[in-house]
Amino acid sequence: MEAEERFAEDLAPLTSDVPLSRGLGRSYGDSSLPPQSRPVVANTTLADRLLAFDARTGILRAEAGISLLELNRLFLPHKFFVPVTPGTQFVTLGGMVASDVHGKNHHVSGCFGEHVLALRMRVGDGRIVDCSPEENHDLFYATLGGMGLTGHILEVSFRMSPIPSCWIYQESERVPHLDALLDGLSAAARDWPMTMAWIDCLTPGASMGRGILFRGRWAKANEAPSLLARPKLRLRVPFSLPSWIMQPFTVRAFNAVVYHSHIQQERRGLVSPEQFFYPLDAIRDWNRVYGSAGFTQHQSVLPHSAGRGAVRRYMELLTSLRAAGFLCVLKDCGEEGSGLLSFPRPGTSIALDLPLRPETQEHIDRLNEFVIREGGRIYLTKDALSRPEHVRAMEGRLSAFLAVRKAWDPQHRLRSAQSVRLFGDEP
Amino acid sequence: MNIVILGGTKGMGRALARRCVEHGDRVFLLGRSEVDLQRSAVDLDLRAGLGSAPDSTPRSCVARCDLEQPEGFAAALDAAQAHFAGAAIDAIVVTAGVFATQDELESDPARTERLLRVNFTNTVLFCEEARKRLLAQGGGTLCVFSSVAGDRARKPVVLYGASKAGLSAYLDGIDHKFHGQGLRVLCVRPGFVKTGMTAGLKPPPFAGEPTQVARDVRRALCGRDPRTVLYTPWIWQLVMGVIATLPRAVMRRINF
Repeated sequence: MEAEERFAEDLAPLTSDVPLSRGLGRSYGDSSLPPQSRPVVANTTLADRLLAFDARTGILRAEAGISLLELNRLFLPHKFFVPVTPGTQFVTLGGMVASDVHGKNHHVSGCFGEHVLALRMRVGDGRIVDCSPEENHDLFYATLGGMGLTGHILEVSFRMSPIPSCWIYQESERVPHLDALLDGLSAAARDWPMTMAWIDCLTPGASMGRGILFRGRWAKANEAPSLLARPKLRLRVPFSLPSWIMQPFTVRAFNAVVYHSHIQQERRGLVSPEQFFYPLDAIRDWNRVYGSAGFTQHQSVLPHSAGRGAVRRYMELLTSLRAAGFLCVLKDCGEEGSGLLSFPRPGTSIALDLPLRPETQEHIDRLNEFVIREGGRIYLTKDALSRPEHVRAMEGRLSAFLAVRKAWDPQHRLRSAQSVRLFGDEP
Repeated sequence: MNIVILGGTKGMGRALARRCVEHGDRVFLLGRSEVDLQRSAVDLDLRAGLGSAPDSTPRSCVARCDLEQPEGFAAALDAAQAHFAGAAIDAIVVTAGVFATQDELESDPARTERLLRVNFTNTVLFCEEARKRLLAQGGGTLCVFSSVAGDRARKPVVLYGASKAGLSAYLDGIDHKFHGQGLRVLCVRPGFVKTGMTAGLKPPPFAGEPTQVARDVRRALCGRDPRTVLYTPWIWQLVMGVIATLPRAVMRRINF
């Protein structure tokens, strides 16, 4: 799609006449792309100033375009960290609100939105308004996870977390099959603030769902070096690999190598926050391994009420579709957030890469039909291909969200390629 | 160091101001909008003070100064000198300037006149005011952002390049004339850098980031480096070396 991307340091004039804002564009789908009838989007990344910080309370106010990379660079040495981080640093603060991101600590800390105190926004009629749980609370909760459709996010106030050191104590464990992995995740959740599992989603049979379980916590001051971890050399994938490389057998081989390269059954020790939270950031342009056709993601959460069998059936479906790419990540989610379209709910979240091929639409449809049957939902930030009827069927909160959106922006001046696809906005 | 920056709220100037306060320099910002200046000053203070107790770090200060209004230059620099309260100013930096493509300018003489006036005439007038003050205090660095576009005329940037070529020639001249009296001149020639100014242009190979430029410029400001011209990112010195020696016939052939 051809579209114009506008940049400016000052978001107020920049957002006065555009249908959508975007940050660093790391959503996997079309949520940061403008509609075809108005192909222009405001890029917020030059609006990156800190506006207020109180070290006693940890409360930070900043312009929405500041990146997580910059926040970490500034605050880690002073022992503050964002309360919730996604799996990449290449996101903006505004994007973290619009996607209501979650992380390895979701089972204890919830989504990012739970730590947001107030927002300044430009809403559909052009006004600039503040919102918070006290003021314009309908707008506030619709904006957490609202995919940028309720207004342009200009400024964000949230609470940073004090940390005891700048290092993570991590344990990782090779686990031979799915049941052991799910057991391990729920056992770890009781004692550890951060958990997740990498899972081999291509091996069928008794070893199905084998993987590596990660547990972590901030290292205590007396067990960590006082120095900050040196930034790692960033490798770069210099060009797009040919698409044929994404054969089932190469992907299966990759998964097997990752699994078996975890040679000891269990490892423990200190790692830098960069290694722990953002392993893929170490390889710039890693998406190029998927070739010029690219890839999409599918992330869904299967509720605890569907039972453990649901995760097994999901894996069986995946194996039968032979659809998955390199990475499949499992995370047990805690309570549902207060954002009207916030993704996580108590259950098991499964995220996987899907190389784009002619049959990918069919695979997404099959996966979504499965998620609907099990009472789950998908993460809109990762979505490029879902059908509107599927999203309506899995998202009971949609009418409440659309009502708030209609109240603040009756003409739907704010819209995206994703809202055109899923919510029937003017293309 | 005590540093005055005209244009420090945006683009490369913003990156340079941040780099400076994070390394303990005191910064005085000059710019067009009072509101914008104040917001940037708060940002700089927060970055400088993250590691220390509140109110223990010196505050960044600001004054209005618009390159379109030369009559305000003296007052703005007076305010900066007053802020540093008798302490010498180590460097006066100018990152402000305007950009427009050749197509935009050819169809708009008024805009062309404004670009030439701001980037050349008024920048030179500001530098004259700054130079006098630096010489009066016994020396200091005048650091001005020109551009690689001033090194060789190319089709997409004839007028912008001409304004910067004039500026580079002026800086070369005052370095020559006042070097013996303690004035140090640093003519910064950034290559293509990804900022709000270049948004919408297709980045060429070797496009740089403002943070790289800030690192290079601050290092040059601190050091005893005798260079008067700084290409940044460094690769642009090679690139311009090649472009400057291209015969005109070749330039015509490749439509450059």
